[in-house]
Order: sequence, then structure tokens, then C-alpha cells
Amino acid sequence: MDFRITEDQAALMEGIRSFCMGRVSIDRLRELEGKGFDKQLWQEIAEMGVFALRLPESEGGVDLGMVEAVLVFEELGKAIVPGPLVWSHLAAGLVDGAATGETVVGGLDLTLADGAPHVIEHLEDLDILLVLRDEGVDKIDARSVSGKQVETPFDPLTPVSEASELPAGERIGDAGLSARLRLEGAAITSGFMLGIAETTLDLANAYAKQREQFGRVIGSFQALKHILADCYVRQEAARAAAYAAAATYDDPTVGDVARAASAAKIVAGEAAMKNARACIQVHGGMGFTWEVPAHYYWKRTWVYETVFGTVADHADTLAEVTSQAGA
Amino acid sequence: MDLRYSESDEKFRTELRGWLKQAVPAHGDPPPTDDWDGRLAYDTGWQRRLYDAGYAGINWPKAYGGRDATLTEQLVYYEEISRAKAPYIGVNFVGMLHGGPTLIAEGTDPQKAAHIPKILKGEEIWCQGFSEPCAGSDLANLQCRAVRDGDVYRVTGHKIWTSFAQVADFCELLVRTDPDAPKHRGISWLIMPMDLKGIDIRPLPTIMGESEFSEVFLEDVEIPVENLVGPENDGWRVTNVTLSFERGAAFASEMFQLQEFLAEIVKVAKRVTRNGAAVWDDRGVRREVGHLQAELDALWAMVKYLVSETAQTGMPGMRASAIKLYYTETYQKVCELGMRALDRAALARDDIGGLPNQQILYRAMQSISLTIAAGTSQIQRNIIAERILGLPREPR
Ligand SMILES: Cc1cc2nc3c(=O)[nH]c(=O)nc-3n(C[C@H](O)[C@H](O)[C@H](O)COP(=O)(O)OP(=O)(O)OC[C@H]3O[C@@H](n4cnc5c(N)ncnc54)[C@H](O)[C@@H]3O)c2cc1C
Repeated sequence: MDFRITEDQAALMEGIRSFCMGRVSIDRLRELEGKGFDKQLWQEIAEMGVFALRLPESEGGVDLGMVEAVLVFEELGKAIVPGPLVWSHLAAGLVDGAATGETVVGGLDLTLADGAPHVIEHLEDLDILLVLRDEGVDKIDARSVSGKQVETPFDPLTPVSEASELPAGERIGDAGLSARLRLEGAAITSGFMLGIAETTLDLANAYAKQREQFGRVIGSFQALKHILADCYVRQEAARAAAYAAAATYDDPTVGDVARAASAAKIVAGEAAMKNARACIQVHGGMGFTWEVPAHYYWKRTWVYETVFGTVADHADTLAEVTSQAGA
Repeated sequence: MDLRYSESDEKFRTELRGWLKQAVPAHGDPPPTDDWDGRLAYDTGWQRRLYDAGYAGINWPKAYGGRDATLTEQLVYYEEISRAKAPYIGVNFVGMLHGGPTLIAEGTDPQKAAHIPKILKGEEIWCQGFSEPCAGSDLANLQCRAVRDGDVYRVTGHKIWTSFAQVADFCELLVRTDPDAPKHRGISWLIMPMDLKGIDIRPLPTIMGESEFSEVFLEDVEIPVENLVGPENDGWRVTNVTLSFERGAAFASEMFQLQEFLAEIVKVAKRVTRNGAAVWDDRGVRREVGHLQAELDALWAMVKYLVSETAQTGMPGMRASAIKLYYTETYQKVCELGMRALDRAALARDDIGGLPNQQILYRAMQSISLTIAAGTSQIQRNIIAERILGLPREPR
């Protein structure tokens, strides 16, 4: 047993990190407000192997595992890279062109959020919409969806459209595939949310060391130190849970794959949410301004919280696990 | 990144599990917690069984009679003893988890020879005389005075919260040997035999109604100079060695046990009814269980991460403070849920209606101490903020 990140994995993360720093800076995000998508950027992300990561080499992929996927999404999360990243990653191998970024794939999980109106992220930029239902997975031509783009999305980098009905698509997989995609989606999303938890702590910590009030840096006030210490604890819990979900997925002999994914989605989800809120709080009035990017993280967290099962959904799942364990 | 235990770890697991299967039932049920004679016999008897089977001092060097198990074997050990519901370490806690390890790291050869084998066999009980009325979180403020007089230290002072004092044979005692030095510099670490003249032990009832800890008054107690551990006035450094053991592996088995305890609580929630339905039918309760299950799973994963890191660096590192904080607060939430599952039955500490009141309420009360003992939660947050996040330090 060695739970640490290997050298190769660290190098992979480093590659994504420097890509994000160069290509998806906060300034770039500001330019992308209202769109959240750029075909050129998407192509570059695809070239980094983000979508093809887990595909076998014979299919043009990088042939890596869920651990690497979670680590890559952790880096994407740190930089809150916008776009339907998780769906396109999941679609690689299922939808032609998803892996290379030529086909932009988004999705909708109707197994939990089943009521109309359907809220579809990035619909205007999608080629394909994957729909997860209990019975199976449907592939829909995104242009055939009559959706109305919402004027002011909550996350300025995640435009959404509402659609009251969905056209029938092509069934490309059964209930098993639908369940698998939800599980993979939960694990990968946890990686992204871990990244959000980390950056928000870093931003808050940096500000706490620089901003002065009452003649001293605010980071010397114990009330703030303890907020930040709690952020650290949540970040480390999220890291352990997200990595465990990934490692269990790659080697199911070490545990229960679904249970680990649910635990990760809960713990990482709450870490992202609470750390993003703390980040705003530590920034004071500045944190409430549009200019300070703290709100981007908080808003994106909601996008990820409501997909592949909310904290509450996964808590229901785990309660059943505990109940069985005691039976 | 790999969570799979090696073949040799699994072989160790199989052996240990086989042994526990007969040893745990053979040792019988623990005596009531206020029966100190019974507890002493029960806890030390279990320690002796572990020793005879080669499972005592799982992480201690072979040279001192330990098993020198790898860190992953230690994890397996903790998983298995919790799974088998093996007796708690009990009165052996201080000797096994800090006194012994501190002697191994800092003691002289005669000190090691005199104490280590006996601690391992359950023949010597230790207590920890660190805290004083004016030195709790601010431990370095301790005043207990030791004056060198020939080949003894004459010690006078007042210790408090000393767990197991009434049954201990020895005490790891912190004293002030240089009152003129800055407070962190004038401290020494002594081994105090508990049968010396001038020691007065006054048990303090805890919120559990037991006398788990005591006040210890020392009046001109003569402690041989050879009982000094580490150099004179270097006791603060030695203390930090002791505390690093205390905050490290000490919690692993209880952490794992919480998994079973949560499942136990679910059983209670299915039996107790309220508003004409089982408590378990309340979706809020179920969600909370699911939530806590996620936190417990994350906690165990954190331990594995820490162990992997420690195996590499040799040092548990600051992450241990994060684990202590997360563990103790999650523990309290689990216990509170247990009490709510019992509903009004929680007003009885004795089992009623076939419910496990005793177990749940014992843990619920005990859990309250976990965020106080071994460095309060606030102190852990200070440590994380200062040593990990690099924020300005508190006055000290
Ligand atoms: C069950 C139990 C068993 C124990 N066993 C032993 C034992 O065997 N041997 C032994 O030596 N000791 C033992 N202790 C003592 C324990 O180590 C102390 O209680 C602990 O260190 C806190 O010290 P205190 O009680 O003086 O509280 P205080 O230090 O007075 O703390 C009171 C409150 O103030 C807060 N506080 C203090 N300083 C700060 C700060 N700098 N920043 C923020 N908040 C602060 C604390 O978090 C706490 O909430 C035991 C305690 C318990 C509860």
C-alpha cells in the first residue's frame, strides 16, 4: 500500500497546472464571462489529453486510470477551467470526436434531477447532449434541443439553457452504462471540487497575510486563523476521499467502488462549498465584489454540486451502506 | 497511488485474525468501569496475552521485545483488533503509547532495561504528570519544582488531570529544574515511582461519575537523579517527543471502531419508534448517518495517506493535527446521533428495553473529553494555522 502520488502522476499534474496558469488565468476567465467556452481553448484542453486520458492507446487514448483522471481534474478545478469538461471526458470512446475535442459533449443526469424544466449547461456550444436515465444512456443531437438560453446564469462562466422537453435520442447504452457514468462522474467531479477547496484556501491564506487592520495583518487574528485551519482540515479530508475513490475504482479489490465515490462527492463537495464561502468571508467587502474572483469558485461549486448526485443524494446512498453493514 | 495491502500484510492479517478469534472470547467481558482492581487485572491480563502471542509493542523495535511491524502492518493491526472488538488498551495507555516510546527514543540503557519489558508484559502501569492547574494548554508554564540535592531531586508541586494515577506504578513527570530560565528551557522529564513518600493522590470524579483522573500533590518527594530522561532542562524537547506519540497512532483503533459503532446506532434507530415510525424512517436521520459514514471513510483514507507519507519521510508530520481535529469532532457527532437515536431512552445510562444505552452513553460522555485532552481543538487549529499555513504565531 502506498497512497502517495507517484512521480509520473506528479509530472502529469504539473503539466496541467502550467497549462492552466498560461492559458486559463483569471484574466482569461474574465474575458470568457457570459460564454464560458472557447473553441480554441477547448481544442488545447483536448490536446492536453484531458478527454482521452482513460481511453486505451488503440483508440487514440493515453491509457491512464481513474487516479490520473481525478488528479487532472483536481488541477482543472484549481483553475476553475470552464466548459462541459466532465461530460466530454466521460463521452470519450462513446461519442465520436469527444476525445479529440472535435465534438463537444455535454450532459444531463435525469436519474435524480428529473423534473422539468431541464437546466442544460453550455447548450449553445454543444454538439451532443448525453442524457442519463435509470434505464440507459441516450445520445441527442444538441441542435435538436429546443432550449432557451437563460439571460443571467448564476455562474458567469457556465451559461445555462432551459428546456421543457427533450427530443428522443439514440440509446447508446443500458442501465449499467448509465450507472457507471454516474459513478465515474461523481469521482471525477470530486477531484475538481478538491481543486476548488485548495485554491480558495490558498487565496484566503494569502490575503490574510497581507491585509492589515488594527495595525496588524488580519491573519494574526485567531478567529481567522481558525477559519483557515478548518479549511485545511476539509481540504485534506477531501483529498483523502477523492484519491481513495479513484484508487478504489482502479482496483476494486480494495473496497466498495460506489461507496468510495459517494463519500468523495460528499466530502469534497462540502469542502469546496465551505472553503469557497470562507474565502469570501476572509476577503471582507472585497470578497463581495465582482472584481475579486472568490465568487467564481463559489458559483462554480454549485454547478458541480448539482450534478452526479448532490451531497444529500449521496448521503442517502451511504446511509443504505451503513444500514447493510449493521444488518 | 495504490491502496492494496501487500501479500505479507495480508498474511499478517490472517494470522492475527486467527489468534484474535480465540483470544478475545477467552479474555471475557470487561469489568464495570468503577471497579479499578478488576480493570487493572483485565487490562494488564490482555496486555500479557498480546505479549505472549508476539503482538505487544507492534511498532516497537525488536531489541526491546516489540514486533517492529511495518507501518502498514500497524494499520492492519488496528483494523483487526477493532474488528475483533478486542479489549481496549485501558490502563496500559500511557506506558504503551507515550512513556514507553519516549524511553525508547530518549532513555538510558538502564532505564530501558528496567521499564520497557515490564511495560510490554503489562507488569508496569504508567501515568502522565504533565498538566497543572496553571499549565494546561500552556503546558510550558508548569511550576512543579525539582531541586537537586545530592543524588536526588526534591520535588514539590501540584499535578492535575492525571489519568490512572491511582493504579500507576510510575509517572512521567514534568518538573521545573531551572526557575530562572525562559519557561520552555527550565523543564525536565523525570520517571517518578508512584510509591515514594510525599505523593498524595486525590481522585476527581469526571462527568461520567468515575475517577478516571486525579489530582496529585507532591510534597518534598525524593526522586533519584538517575530517573532523569534526556538532559536536565531539556525536558521541553523530550515532551514534544512524547506528544508526537500521543497525537500519532494512539487513535487509530478507536477510529476504526467508529465504523462499527455507527452501524450499531443504525440498529438502534430501526428499533426505537417516534411519531409512530422508526427513528430510521426519518430521512433527516438517515442523511446524517450517510454523512457521517462519508466522514469516517474520509478519515480512514486520511490515516492511510498519513501512513504512506510517514513510511517515506519517517515523520508523521503536521497532518496528524488535522486528523486529530477531524476525528474528535466526527466522533462527537456520531455519539450525538446515537443519543438522538435512543430518543428518551437516552435519559437512562443503564440498558433499558433491550437497547445498548450503556455503550452509547459511555461513548457519548467520553467523546466530550476528546476535543480537550491531548491538545484541545483550538490548540490544534493554532498548530495548523501557524505551522502549516504559516500564519502569525500566538503569544507563548
Ligand atoms: C479525560 C482527560 C484526561 C486527561 N489526562 C491527562 C493526563 O493523564 N495527564 C496530564 O498531564 N493531563 C491530562 N489531561 C489534561 C489535558 O491535557 C488538558 O486538560 C488540556 O491540555 C487543556 O488544558 P486545561 O484543561 O488547563 O484547559 P485550558 O488550557 O485552560 O483551556 C480552556 C479553554 O481555553 C482554550 N484555550 C487555551 N489556550 C488557548 C489558545 N492559545 N488559543 C485558543 N484557545 C485557547 C482551550 O481550547 C479551552 O477551550 C487530561 C484531560 C482530560 C479531559
